Amino acid sequence: MAEEAMFDFIHMEAVSYVFQGGEKISEDEAISKLEHMGFATGYRLVERLTRESGRYKDELDIMKYICKDLWVTVYKKQIDNLRTNHQGVYVLHDNRFRFLSHMAAGKQYLQYAPRYLAFTCGLVRGCLANLGVTCVVTAEVTQLPACKFQIQVQRG
Amino acid sequence: MSRQSMRANDPKKVSGELFTLTYGSLVAQLLKDYENVDDVNRQLERMGYNIGMRLIEDFLARANPGRCYDLRDTADKIQQAFKLYLGVSPSIGSWSPGGDEFSVVLETNPMAEFVELPDHCLGLRYSNIMAGVIRGACEMVQLEVMAWFIADQLKGDNVTEIRVKFVKRLEDAIPAGED
Repeated sequence: MAEEAMFDFIHMEAVSYVFQGGEKISEDEAISKLEHMGFATGYRLVERLTRESGRYKDELDIMKYICKDLWVTVYKKQIDNLRTNHQGVYVLHDNRFRFLSHMAAGKQYLQYAPRYLAFTCGLVRGCLANLGVTCVVTAEVTQLPACKFQIQVQRG
Repeated sequence: MSRQSMRANDPKKVSGELFTLTYGSLVAQLLKDYENVDDVNRQLERMGYNIGMRLIEDFLARANPGRCYDLRDTADKIQQAFKLYLGVSPSIGSWSPGGDEFSVVLETNPMAEFVELPDHCLGLRYSNIMAGVIRGACEMVQLEVMAWFIADQLKGDNVTEIRVKFVKRLEDAIPAGED
């Protein structure tokens, strides 16, 4: 579907918008704006996606939902690998992340990669928040277009 | 368990919603960043212009629409692009007597699907990005146009209407050997 292209373009514009301030705005501030946009999107999106599904039985079940259904909906593929230490840390590997897949293969543009991951970190955090899991999501990339997202669940 | 089935619900609808919600978050962020809505409108138009410049490539590659010989041709292609990218079929109408101006009329606006404008945003042209997309896309095929909203369902109008006006052909930019 071509609507995917629209999503990609909007995302690209969102990234270039938050960084257009140049000197005036710090990298962190820009990233946090993107993260916030992702959060708002994820929070609303998951509500619509899970309308008809049953209750998830535990945290791991929710993570599986994120890796399978949510990822397929948003990024048209499943997460390649999910790991957990069973103490609230989950690591999601995506070997070919959609927002990075057109950029490069290897280390070129590596320094810009975090900009294209911030929205997704927020998206995942937003989805989890609406499913009742409070967490911190960070992303790491060493070689484009592969990346990994780390989800650290906050126990209250 | 219905867990597997819900993904298949309607994938097309879902990806449309994803786009709509993402756009909504972006507009909300802009409203937070800028003090007045005119700046937001301008920024949205600019983003649209940037998108249009890239989108036209995607459109030409995907739909292979061929060259336009007059503005009516262009209008048809714009209609086709709306169908392809937003899943809606706008009607084209209200041609000016000179044939250099027309309206793109949307019965429903997929970008504004979950939107209500609060009172202090009445000046906001929520979907202004679309006007920018049209301008940017046309510019890349050597057509300078102006595009602006004259009716918006979010403001209580019956339909959403974008007016497109042909300004001039950008002759210089045509690569040598064409035509």
